[in-house]
Amino acid sequence: MLNKNIYLILIISLVFAISFWIGFNVNLLPTEASINAPIYDELFKILFIIGLIIFIGMTIAVIYSLFSFRKRNDQIGDGIALEGNLGLEIVWTIIPSIIVLIIGLYSYNIYDRMGGMKELNHNHEMMSSNSEKIWAGISQTSDNEIAINNLSIEVSAMQFAFLFNYPNGNFISGELHVPVDQKVSMKMESKDVIHAFWVPEFRIKQDIIPGQPTILNFTPTKVGKYPIICAELCGPYHGGMRASIIVEEESDYNEWFNKNKKPEVNL
Amino acid sequence: MTISIDPQKTNNESLQPKGLLRYFSFSLDHKVIGIQYLVCGFLFYLIGGSLASAIRIELASPMSDFMPRDVYNQVLTLHGTIMIFLWIVPVVNGAFGNYLIPFYVGARDMAFPRLNAVAFWLIPPSGLMLVASYFVEGAAQAGWTAYPPLSITTPQSGQVIWILSVLLLGGSSIFGGINFIATIIKLRRPGLKLMQLPMYCWAMLGTSLLVVLSTPVLAGTLILLSFDIIANTGFFNPVLGGNVVVYQHLFWFYSHPAVYIMVLPAFGLVSEILPVHARKPLFGYTTMVFSIMGIVVLGLVVWAHHMFTSGTPPWMRLFFTIATAFIAVPTGIKFFNWVATLWGGKISINSAMLFSCGFIINFVFGGITGVALAQVPFDIHVHDTYFVVAHFHYIVYGGTVFIIFSSIYHWFPKVTGKMLNEKLGILHFIITFIGFNLCFAPQHWLGLNGMPRRVAEYDPQFQFVNQISSLGALLMAISTIPFLINVFISVRNGKDAGDNPWNALTPEWLTSSPPPVENWEGEAPLVEEPYGYGKEISELK
Repeated sequence: MLNKNIYLILIISLVFAISFWIGFNVNLLPTEASINAPIYDELFKILFIIGLIIFIGMTIAVIYSLFSFRKRNDQIGDGIALEGNLGLEIVWTIIPSIIVLIIGLYSYNIYDRMGGMKELNHNHEMMSSNSEKIWAGISQTSDNEIAINNLSIEVSAMQFAFLFNYPNGNFISGELHVPVDQKVSMKMESKDVIHAFWVPEFRIKQDIIPGQPTILNFTPTKVGKYPIICAELCGPYHGGMRASIIVEEESDYNEWFNKNKKPEVNL
Repeated sequence: MTISIDPQKTNNESLQPKGLLRYFSFSLDHKVIGIQYLVCGFLFYLIGGSLASAIRIELASPMSDFMPRDVYNQVLTLHGTIMIFLWIVPVVNGAFGNYLIPFYVGARDMAFPRLNAVAFWLIPPSGLMLVASYFVEGAAQAGWTAYPPLSITTPQSGQVIWILSVLLLGGSSIFGGINFIATIIKLRRPGLKLMQLPMYCWAMLGTSLLVVLSTPVLAGTLILLSFDIIANTGFFNPVLGGNVVVYQHLFWFYSHPAVYIMVLPAFGLVSEILPVHARKPLFGYTTMVFSIMGIVVLGLVVWAHHMFTSGTPPWMRLFFTIATAFIAVPTGIKFFNWVATLWGGKISINSAMLFSCGFIINFVFGGITGVALAQVPFDIHVHDTYFVVAHFHYIVYGGTVFIIFSSIYHWFPKVTGKMLNEKLGILHFIITFIGFNLCFAPQHWLGLNGMPRRVAEYDPQFQFVNQISSLGALLMAISTIPFLINVFISVRNGKDAGDNPWNALTPEWLTSSPPPVENWEGEAPLVEEPYGYGKEISELK
């Protein structure tokens, strides 16, 4: 009996060790390019490790049962008439409940750190009318947030393109240019069907809905060019509905901005 | 009041055609209707599978080169709709439910045999109509979710036929659900208590409650959607002041429970199969019953987890995260109980057992990604990507379809009196298991790294992984060949099975194989311990 317990403990520790090793060493995610991404990857790692422990454990249990309790040719009759075990049932009700609850609270904490529980403000003066219904996206905070000078951009999506309106510069661009390490606040609205704004490297996604503007805030942290992907089926060319987000140093961004800037027209 | 009709009093036998012809008739025999559901469902499975193959061929290269883009969207819409409404739901509910439930409750037929036949005969015409809509102006192309405004702006005829077809199939499903509830509650043999019923009855009772509670919501929603399309109303049309997110709430109020409508019966079936082949009682009967009912209740209050990126308020996101994650608890109990059922048994390693164990492994994997997807911050990145595609195929294919095959291997001797060939069966399992995992496991990575779902073209960096996935799909297509050969050979020339080849204790095995029209020659047996393996009863046999 003691021998059996030692094997059990050994196998369980091995499952844990393997799961932790895989969890920490196998990277399944793309580059981290926003302040959201490392928070997301932390959650992913934890869920990945817990998932691996359960999956490997259950798989071993099934394969071991099939092998160890297989019916030998010389055997007749049935297995033991064991109909249940209240203690075990309680254990595997309570332990998963606790795990699920902890994961839930932890993901709430992650979501809060991503800014999901924060009240949304979009501080472009055009949108300050209270009558307008704004639907929640992610509202993100960061330590180096420049509260007043958030970059406000209006996104409009249509079959099958994104357009980025820079109200401060009075121009519209097909590419999204943003300065690195600065909070970007976008108000998005669709002209026709539902689209979605997804940047895998930023770990953010928000549907763009006709008739109901949505807000998405993010802070890029890494200079580079990343794809903007439409993730909601929007018609035949859905797969081709992509744009680019270009994260650049502030000086480069300002140069690009000033080049495109148009004088305000007074009608 | 429970009724057990005397076989002499009902003689509609003479009115029914005999032989193969009865499968094409408006038969009232629950066994015939069960087989009608199964064969009809399998034919649609072959159609849906061909569509899946077309999708995987298109995705073997990053360009949209195999079929026109709008046809691709029609193909993926039809694939989803056919697999859900014409294969999985009718087969795990209609086919096995009709065949087994009257046996399990000790009845001679279902409570409402004519309603039962109507429920089946709604399926072939609506399925054919759905497939035929491709040849009119093109089938629906807004996905099986038919989100407006896309479903309002795409060609109308296909979308309207899709709505009509899904309404009829939903009607069929409701008729079936009412019938199952009535049969399980009211038609039990005298002396048979609820807590003595085989687990599949409980699974079907829970499933039927979900069907009856949630399918009407889908029907109402689709009728409003059809008004928007045909009569230019503005329920969901933003141009006319409609609200597109309301549609999503209504749609998922049915379509999330639909996942449990597809999976709970499979949970019931595996609970019947494992004890027989492991020669052990089902572990934890009472907790299994309560966990089914727990899943039913929780399943009704989790729908908004499909809408975490749609624009829902934060408190709602939080509530649905916790509710969804908690479904893992009753589901987990069931899986631990199945493994405990295997533990210490005398397990026959046969096709039915292998498919059931494949189901446990695949479903645990799909369940784990499901708990992850329930977390709002996790979901925001992978929503509407191939990660989700992989997740739900692990649930519905790796889960339910594996159990459908397991059940066919288990009950084929009952239905035909012949055994299926075990070697071909094990070959079928090996190819299916490898093909399935090769096809869907890599898709998790695709989703995490930036491939959205429902696309005909994608970033060329994903080509290699997509080709692995397509190779898996090819294996899955090949795996049906040994299965079909096996069925066609065995149904005529298979080894004689005898009445009870597995020495099972559930009531359907306590009659001849195939069973007589009235199920038992004499009175229905009272089976108080359907899982009494290892006890004196089974030693007497």
